[in-house]
Amino acid sequence: MGWFDTHNENNIFFGKLEDAFNWGRASSPWPIGFGLACCAIEMMATGASHYDLDRFGTFFRPSPRQSDVMIVAGTVTLKMAPLLRRLYEQMPEPKYVISMGSCANCGGPYWRYGYHVLKGVDQIVPVDVYVPGCPPRPEALLDGLIQLKEKIKSGQAGK
Amino acid sequence: MTAQEIYNSIQEKFPDTIVEFNDSVLQPYIKLTPDQFNEVCQFLRDTDTLGFDALMNLSGVDYGEELGTVYHLYSMQHRHKIVLKVNVPREHAEIPTVADLWRTADWHEREVFDLYGINFINHPDMRRILLPDDWEGYPLRKDYVQPEEYNGITIAHPDMKGNSDEEK
Repeated sequence: MGWFDTHNENNIFFGKLEDAFNWGRASSPWPIGFGLACCAIEMMATGASHYDLDRFGTFFRPSPRQSDVMIVAGTVTLKMAPLLRRLYEQMPEPKYVISMGSCANCGGPYWRYGYHVLKGVDQIVPVDVYVPGCPPRPEALLDGLIQLKEKIKSGQAGK
Repeated sequence: MTAQEIYNSIQEKFPDTIVEFNDSVLQPYIKLTPDQFNEVCQFLRDTDTLGFDALMNLSGVDYGEELGTVYHLYSMQHRHKIVLKVNVPREHAEIPTVADLWRTADWHEREVFDLYGINFINHPDMRRILLPDDWEGYPLRKDYVQPEEYNGITIAHPDMKGNSDEEK
């Protein structure tokens, strides 16, 4: 039964409290959608009816105060970088970051000559899951989200 | 109106402003001096036979020795078009604005200022449009050197430091 043992006849559960918390955290991570470029279109497609992110207990929140995970979807310019950091800091603990797409992972096509682009969002916020692609298909983002859930359950995420 | 006729009407009214006229390219252009540029544009817009009521595009160019702007004009009424070019020296890059004639030019000129550092005289709001206000330098100039960092953020990826194109 995983993290808890059941004594059915007495309705008593044994387990680590941290595991119970992590189970709750992993069950419905609410993302703040940080849509910045074309990746945002794929992120919207992931949230819409065809791929239906809601069935994973994931709902986009318009406020960092209500969010658990930040999906950085797109090119982070140096102008936007301080704002991204501020929104990350406004999120309550525990918080997680998914870096979606090549631009957020490492600068993408702006790798060499992008004087205005942050070369990877991991330079300013700690990233838990990197989703590769340019842009990643909705399946890839869904997989990234499932990877994050696994990481949260095992207690490795958000450190 | 053909490009030659457009050229002739400018030549007639402002004989000293024309530097070059080239009719043998796909989009014929007239190169002008910056001095009376706004007046020439007003003439092009307001003369009935010319009637250039649309500024289709405004771009900045770094030619190396000089900087310049390129204006693509179109007349909705007469369905003719012409390209204007203005070149200015790097050290003294100033061109009269045409934002008072075509609203299109307002943000286009700000963008050219942002990326090439060409100052548009009498522009209503001459400041950066895309880059942060505290950005130093003009990135699309050929002699632009990418800074090490911006506000404490390293711009080049740590793996790329010191790697020039030649070494790659």
